Amino acid sequence: MENVFERQGPTAWCPGCGNHVLRKTVLEAMAELGLDQQRVVFVSGIGQAAKAPHYLNVHYFNGLHGRAIPVATGIKAANPQLTVIVESGDGDLYGEGGNHLLHAFRRNPDITVIVHNNMVYGLTKGQASPTSPAGMITPIQIEGVKQAPLNPLALAISQDASFVARGAVSEPRLTKELIIQAVRHRGFALVDVFQNCVTYNKTNTYKWYKANTFVIDSAHRPEDRAAAFSLALRENPYPLGLFYRHEKPAFEYTLPLYRRGLEPLYRRKNEISGIIQSFR
Amino acid sequence: MQKINILLAGEAGQGIQAIENLLARVLKSEGYHLFATKEYMSRIRGGVNSTTVTIAERPIDAWHEKVDVFIPLVKEAAGRYRSRLKSDTLIMAEGAVFPSPGLALPLEKASAELGSPIFANTVASGALFGLLAVEKETAAAYLRRTFAGKGQELVEKNLRAFEIGYRLTEGRGEKLAPCKSQACAERLLMNGADAISLGAITGGCNACFAYPMTPSTSVFTNLAGWSRDHDLVVEQVEDEIGVVNMALGCWYAGGRALVTTSGGGFALMTEGLSLAGMTETPLVVHLAGRPGPATGMPTRTEQGDLNLALYAGHGTFPRIILAPGNLHQAFELTARAFDLADRFQTPVIILTDQYFIDSYYDIEPFGPISQPQAHFIRTEKDYRRYAITADGISPRGIPGWGEGLVAVDSDEHDEEGRITEDLNGVALKMKEKRLKKFATVEGAALSPLLYGRQEFDTLLIAWGSIHNTLLAALEELEPQGVSFMFLPQLFPLHPQVTQYLSRARRIIAVENNQTGQLADLLQQKTGVLIKERILKYDGLPFSVEALSAELKERL
Repeated sequence: MENVFERQGPTAWCPGCGNHVLRKTVLEAMAELGLDQQRVVFVSGIGQAAKAPHYLNVHYFNGLHGRAIPVATGIKAANPQLTVIVESGDGDLYGEGGNHLLHAFRRNPDITVIVHNNMVYGLTKGQASPTSPAGMITPIQIEGVKQAPLNPLALAISQDASFVARGAVSEPRLTKELIIQAVRHRGFALVDVFQNCVTYNKTNTYKWYKANTFVIDSAHRPEDRAAAFSLALRENPYPLGLFYRHEKPAFEYTLPLYRRGLEPLYRRKNEISGIIQSFR
Repeated sequence: MQKINILLAGEAGQGIQAIENLLARVLKSEGYHLFATKEYMSRIRGGVNSTTVTIAERPIDAWHEKVDVFIPLVKEAAGRYRSRLKSDTLIMAEGAVFPSPGLALPLEKASAELGSPIFANTVASGALFGLLAVEKETAAAYLRRTFAGKGQELVEKNLRAFEIGYRLTEGRGEKLAPCKSQACAERLLMNGADAISLGAITGGCNACFAYPMTPSTSVFTNLAGWSRDHDLVVEQVEDEIGVVNMALGCWYAGGRALVTTSGGGFALMTEGLSLAGMTETPLVVHLAGRPGPATGMPTRTEQGDLNLALYAGHGTFPRIILAPGNLHQAFELTARAFDLADRFQTPVIILTDQYFIDSYYDIEPFGPISQPQAHFIRTEKDYRRYAITADGISPRGIPGWGEGLVAVDSDEHDEEGRITEDLNGVALKMKEKRLKKFATVEGAALSPLLYGRQEFDTLLIAWGSIHNTLLAALEELEPQGVSFMFLPQLFPLHPQVTQYLSRARRIIAVENNQTGQLADLLQQKTGVLIKERILKYDGLPFSVEALSAELKERL
C-alpha cells in the first residue's frame, strides 16, 4: 500500500547510517497510525538526524540547533489539533537544547520527541556528544571523554516525564511500536533511539547494540516509577522498551481557551472593547 | 497651565505603589487630569522608591521634576530628592523624617493608634486628598473596594487612617478645577504597558510567550490577566531562547504571538530573530529599554537598545522597528506591528523604555477599531512556501489548512523549503528574494511627524518616550524657527526623513542614551551629519524643566 508520508529521493546520510533504518521505522509507524497528512507536523533542530523531515512528505519546521522543542510547543499552543513530532539528534536535544527538554518534562506538551542517539556529533565530524561513553577518543577529547554520559531516561523519569521509552535501530519492530504508543500518548513522550554512526562511532555499532541491549520484560509495569528508574540505571546490557508512563494533563489542554474547545487560534477572534472600557 | 506636582517617596514595601494607584484611580473618577510615573530600586524591601503624581486642569502627559508637595515617608527620601524641591514646596512629613516640615504628619501616633506602621501610606494619602479637597466618599469607596477581600478590620483601619490624614489638611489647600464634562468621564487612564497590551489584542495577538524581565513584564501580566476570559495563550517559558522559538512555532501554525522582553532577554533571542528572517516567519517583539550593559540598572530607563534592535541577528534579513511616543501611538503601532509582521513575514520590534511603560495619564478614547486581517492563505496541492514573487513576499500557508505542505527551514532552502547547496542557483535566488523584501517593507514605512512649521531653521529630532516631554518643553519655550521631527518608525526610514533633515540649517538630536543612536542611524542612512546632541543617560528620563532649560540655552 502507498504510504503518503514516503518521499523518494537522495539523502545527505552515509550509506549504512542508522538514520535510514529509523526513517523507515518512522514511516511504518506513521502508516500504521493512519494519521491525516495535513494534521501532522515534524519539527527538528540541526544535525544529520535533524534533516529527517526533509526526507518525508510532511509539514515541517526545521529550526535552530537545540530549539525544536519550544517550536513544537508553540505549534501545539497555536493548534492543539495537530500531531507534532520532534526528530533530532542527541547533541541537539540533550546538549544544546537541554534546558528546553528539562522544562518540557514539566510543561508536558502533547508532543513526541524521537532522539536519534548515536552518542557522537556527526555533522561537525566526530566530537563527543552528551551521551558519548567515557573514554571515547575524538579529535577534541584527545585523551578520551572524561565525563560520564548523560542518562536521558533516568533524567526524564526523575522529572516525572509522562512517557519515557528507548528503542534501537537494531530492534526496528519494537521501536516502531514505541513510536506508535508515544504518538498516541496524550502528553510529552520521549523516545530515545540507540543508533549507530558508521563514520564517527566505531564502538557503538549495530552489532554492539545487538549484543548490549535487551527488551524489557513484559512483567514490568510502566506506571511503577521506582522500577522504571532502576531500569533506566541499568547498563551493559541496556534495557529497551517502555520504561515509564504517567498520564497527566498536557500543557495545551490545560490552557483556559482550549478547555473551552480545541479550535485553533487562527479560527478565533477576541473582543477588545470590554477590556478597553475597564480603563475608563 | 495650573497643576500640582506631588512627590511621594518611601521604602520598597511601604506602599508607595498603592498610593499611586489610589491617587490615580480616585482623581480620575473625580474628573481630574493626571500624570503619574514611578522610579524604583531593584529590591523588594528597603531603599527609596518614589512616584510623581501631577494633577492638572488640562491633559498632561510628561514628567515634571519640580514638586509642589513632597511627602517623604523615610529619612533617606528627604535627602535623595532635595534637588527637586522648590522654595515653596509644601513638605508633609513626620518631624523625625524631615525637620520642621510644612505640615507635620503624625504617622507614629497613627501607627500606635492603629497598631501597625503599615497604615502610614493611607494617612499620607488622606492628607493629600484633604489638601486637594477631593470628595472624601470617593476615596473611602475605593479603599473599601481595595481592602474588601482582606477583612473588615483592615477596611476599618484604613478608613480610620485616611480620616486622620484628611482632617489634617481639610480646607487648607487650593482646589483645582476638575474637568466634569462627559468627555472627561469617557477618557481612559492607563500606562504604556496597558496601551501596548491593548494594541496587541487589537492587532489580533492571541498568544504571549515571555520570561519575566523588568520593565517589560507588565505587558505579560496584562495579557495573563486577560487570558482567562479571552482566546489567549499565555505561557512563561524557561528562558528567552525558548520564548522566541515558541513564538515562531505559534506563528508558523497560524497564531499571532507577542514576545515581551528587555535588553538582556532580547540579546538571548537574537539567533531566533535571525531564524524568523530566514524562515520568513512573522514575529512581534516588544523590547522595553533599561540601561545596560549586562544587568545594568534593571529598574531604570534608557533608550539604549536601538542599535541592538537594528543589528541583532546574523545574516541579512528585513526588519521593522517602531517606537511609540505616546499612549495612542503605542496602541496603534502595536496593532500595526501584528499586521506588518504578518504581511511581510518578518520580525517587527516595538521599542519602548521603563519610563514609557510605567507612566500613566488620561487620554481620549481610541478611535474606531478595525478587525485584524490575517494574511495567510489556504494552500493548494503544489504549494511552495518560498515561491519567488515580484515583491519577495511568498504567500504564507499554515499546516492543517489546505492541501499543500508547509515546509520551513533555517538552512538555505529552495522554493519548497528543502535544504539546498545550489549556491549560484536557488540559494542565490533566495538571498535576493529576501533582499527584495527590504524595498517592499520600506514602501510601507510610516512618515515622520513634523511639529511646528514646514519652514524651519532648526530641526529637533527625537524618538520614543521623549515625544511628550519635548512637546511640553517647546510649548513653554515657543522658540522661533524651530520644528520637531518625531519618528514613530525607526527602521526602515520613510524618505521624508531625509527631506526634512536636508532642509534644516541646524539639527539637534535629543536622546535618552549615551551616544545618540538614532542620530547615528540617520547619519548613516541619509548622509546628513548630526553633530549636536542632547543626551541623558543617568537612568532617569528627561524632565520637562530640564529639557526646556537645556533647549533655552541652545536656541
